[in-house]
Amino acid sequence: MDYILLVEQLLNGFQLGIILFLMAAGLTLVFGIMDLVNLAHGSLFMIGAFVGGTLTLVTDSLVLGAVLMVPAMFAIGVLVETIALRTLYRRSHLDQVLATFGLILFFNEATRLIWGPAGLAVPLPEFLEGTVALGAGITYPLYRVVIIVIGLLVALGLYLLVAQTRFGMLVRAGASNRVMAGALGVNIPVLFSLVFGIGAVLAGLAGLIITPITQAAIGMGEDVLILAFVVIVIGGIGSVRGAFVAALLTGIIDTMGRSFLDVVLLLFLPANAAESAGPALSSMLIYILMAGILFFRPQGLFPPRGATAAS
Amino acid sequence: MRSQLTPAHAVATLLIVLCATIPYLAPALDEPFYVIVFARIMIWAIAAISLNLIMGFGGMISFGHAVYLGIGGYAVGILGFHDVTSAWIQLPIAIGLCALVALVFGVICLRTRGIYFIMITLALAQMVFFLSVSAERYGSDDGLNILWRSEFGSGLIDLEDGVVMYYTIFAVLLGCLLLQWRMVVSRFGMVLRASQSNDTRVQAIGIPTYRYRLAAFVIAGVMCGLAGFLQANLERFVSPDMMNWHRSGELILMTVLGGTATLFGPLVGAVVFLLLSETLSTITIHWHLVFGPFLILVVLFARGGVMGLLGSRTTRD
Amino acid sequence: MLKRLAAAAAVAAIASSPASADIKIGFVTTLTTPAAVIGRDMRDAVELALEHIDGRMGSETVEVIYGDDEFNAQKGKQATERLILRDDVDLVTGYIWSNVLLASAPVVLGAGKILISANAGPAPLAGRRCHENFFNISWQNDQTPMALGELLNRDGVGSLYIVAPNYVAGQNMVAGVERVFAGEVVGKDMTVWPSQRDWSAELSKIKAAGPEGVFIFYPGPAGPAFVKQYQQAGLIETIPLFSVYTFDSISLPLFQEARIDAVLGSRMTQFWAPDMENEQNQRFVAAFRNKYGRYPSLYAAQSYDSMFFIKSAVEAVGGNIQDVDGMRAALRKAEFPSVRGQFRIGSNHFPIQNFYERRVVEDANGNWTTSVGPVVLEDHQDPYASQCEMGG
Repeated sequence: MDYILLVEQLLNGFQLGIILFLMAAGLTLVFGIMDLVNLAHGSLFMIGAFVGGTLTLVTDSLVLGAVLMVPAMFAIGVLVETIALRTLYRRSHLDQVLATFGLILFFNEATRLIWGPAGLAVPLPEFLEGTVALGAGITYPLYRVVIIVIGLLVALGLYLLVAQTRFGMLVRAGASNRVMAGALGVNIPVLFSLVFGIGAVLAGLAGLIITPITQAAIGMGEDVLILAFVVIVIGGIGSVRGAFVAALLTGIIDTMGRSFLDVVLLLFLPANAAESAGPALSSMLIYILMAGILFFRPQGLFPPRGATAAS
Repeated sequence: MRSQLTPAHAVATLLIVLCATIPYLAPALDEPFYVIVFARIMIWAIAAISLNLIMGFGGMISFGHAVYLGIGGYAVGILGFHDVTSAWIQLPIAIGLCALVALVFGVICLRTRGIYFIMITLALAQMVFFLSVSAERYGSDDGLNILWRSEFGSGLIDLEDGVVMYYTIFAVLLGCLLLQWRMVVSRFGMVLRASQSNDTRVQAIGIPTYRYRLAAFVIAGVMCGLAGFLQANLERFVSPDMMNWHRSGELILMTVLGGTATLFGPLVGAVVFLLLSETLSTITIHWHLVFGPFLILVVLFARGGVMGLLGSRTTRD
Repeated sequence: MLKRLAAAAAVAAIASSPASADIKIGFVTTLTTPAAVIGRDMRDAVELALEHIDGRMGSETVEVIYGDDEFNAQKGKQATERLILRDDVDLVTGYIWSNVLLASAPVVLGAGKILISANAGPAPLAGRRCHENFFNISWQNDQTPMALGELLNRDGVGSLYIVAPNYVAGQNMVAGVERVFAGEVVGKDMTVWPSQRDWSAELSKIKAAGPEGVFIFYPGPAGPAFVKQYQQAGLIETIPLFSVYTFDSISLPLFQEARIDAVLGSRMTQFWAPDMENEQNQRFVAAFRNKYGRYPSLYAAQSYDSMFFIKSAVEAVGGNIQDVDGMRAALRKAEFPSVRGQFRIGSNHFPIQNFYERRVVEDANGNWTTSVGPVVLEDHQDPYASQCEMGG
């Protein structure tokens, strides 16, 4: 097999994994700490793309747009948490699913009213265009390299935040045992708002960062949301480290499946059967992965220390 | 499940009467369109009842339940495609296939709990979904048209007759409501509900809850497959979309909206969900802007769904 | 609950109160979901056509009732049922998507009414399952990609890499190109539809395969996303991109906004272009741009045509649209000014028409649009017509 193609596909998988990680990090914290199934996390991904995209077009700078998007998404996140979600924490997962599904419908339609059905195209700044040589004959789109670097920096920052700061300690305490943390005097409402705000910023960042590649579209967060749920379940709910490993694993397996599965199938199957089975099987791969992991490790790969079943 | 009369009972009775009389009521009011709307609602209600069995009474939140709709439907579609239109072949195959799939899926899923259960049911359903998408011979994504409805080979049940089709669905709905009721009040249902609140304790007194839960999972799968069989016949069309995860999500929504763990919750939920989307969507294409907040309000102010609002006590209280 | 039911019933009663128009036409398209950009173009064109015919066909007043398929076959079928059973329309047209049309056709045809597709042209309805009351006013799915295959042959393209979405129209487009293309297909990827928006894996494979040309089919908003990534991967300067139904007036403004200059000059095949020189087309395009401030897409052109197509038949039967036999006979003649110029209706009720080369250009005002080139296939009939035995 062509090693250049292999390396490129690994990078592609890595880049997809980074986007999934940005989505999953917020989702897993919100789920682990607040015990909230937030389907509307995908909407935050979309809102980030549209709000950040608009800011980019207004300021004529993707960097400025991204910087301005951070406080905007934080504010939106805190607002959504305070108005709509706060009352849901004590409810069953089913109630949460119903209410946050309602939020998805609302956000999608509101976005359509504001931005129209066509979506939003965000141009890539000139200095991020083109490809970059990575040595050994490998060239790779510069912007995708930038995505990977940003994602790794965010992951590092998040790790330091969770592992090294007082805030992070509270977060970990909340993920392991919410009731105990509250009993020990942690200001739960403020902690929740902060965590949700950070989750919203990360999801929004993921949405904006991918928009110069895919464009912003209504409902763009929903398929990513399902993948992000797959990621946090594989990684273990409440674990940022688990989300990171699982996101990269999911991204790489999905990409590898799309790239090489048809070639592999050709070894066993006649050409036309391989041609039709390839796309189906490669779409199934990550679900097979998840089912397999849950079968052998029903708590995911890295369940937070001391956590019992998350539900 | 008390014998005293609550508004919930009144509404449930009214709905049953409405379903029973629509084929005559709707044309009389010059609204023949509502016959097919109600036929569709009843099929969704059957599927929601089957989900309620495991989700409401057994605490097993399946996020892939629509897969049985698809399997039941494709049994009709694929057999019909090969000119096998006899219901006496289609129906047993639909039921058998759903039971088999539910058994295999159940064995895998029931190892997990909570959100992990939700996600693994989703994963398994997605696999079948992608399988149907790749079935080029059977129309892949475009689905299959069904030229002939299932034939029972007797003058009594001729599904090509719209009224007969309607009352067949109605009869199956009544049967499922009855079965749900018998199951819930039986020893079987008690074990199921008890294992939802404290599985360890039930096991400790020597009851193998796993077997009960698995049995419920298979029964629910078969019941939902029956809904798929009916849907394929009513719509004369099957497509992978029947088992899209959105459909599974809608089934959960209907059940929660009506009121989980209540006998008539799934029916009420299906009626409210489908009638509301039907009417709102004719007023404005921006109907989601109203429908979304409506769902949130139901959760916030009507605990236990519409049935809860009407004073019906869920078995969990 | 009771109140809600009563309210629902009342609303339904209002919505379905008999309209005042003599002729009611149902028009099914996509009005919600991201694909609504296509539906909007179609509806705008129908409204424009109604203006141009002064709301009348012959002496009869006309009303068009829209149904939303929500980009979903089941929902499209339900919208069709609503039009037939509740709104009691006389004729149904529209339909972007092949799967929606296939699911909905039995409803209309079963009610004994005429159905005219303004876009979708799936193979079954052109061949084995053709129907005397079904007409198509656009093209059969295979035709445009067959023309593209011919274009590739004329260009002497020796090897081709194909990327298309994995649903039936996508498979048809690919089959159409492969049917005519004489060179070697060195790679083919069928991607998840409609959710896949990132083609990094496929682009890496294209780069590794190094073909002489790449063929894509991505209608609606997915197209710009693909081409953007094609450019970012550094491929657009090295491997020419050929497409069908990907560059149109819906996607080109997005390309322009995103400043993807490499799109200019990109070639495709099509039966129509905004700058075709006939009176009907020039009037249509000028009025559309004047009213909506943008170029019409081919979806708009076909929808505009469908109204004049129906009008010609209604006038031929003296306004009695219930005369299905008379309507059918008149529709077969297709005696109306089409925006595509001359064409005929074939034995399977699909058009026999020219397919042209079309190219992305910048107009005098700096807007990106498409321009018609030489004929690639002349008087072309789809390959399924011979399988059609008309008669029900």
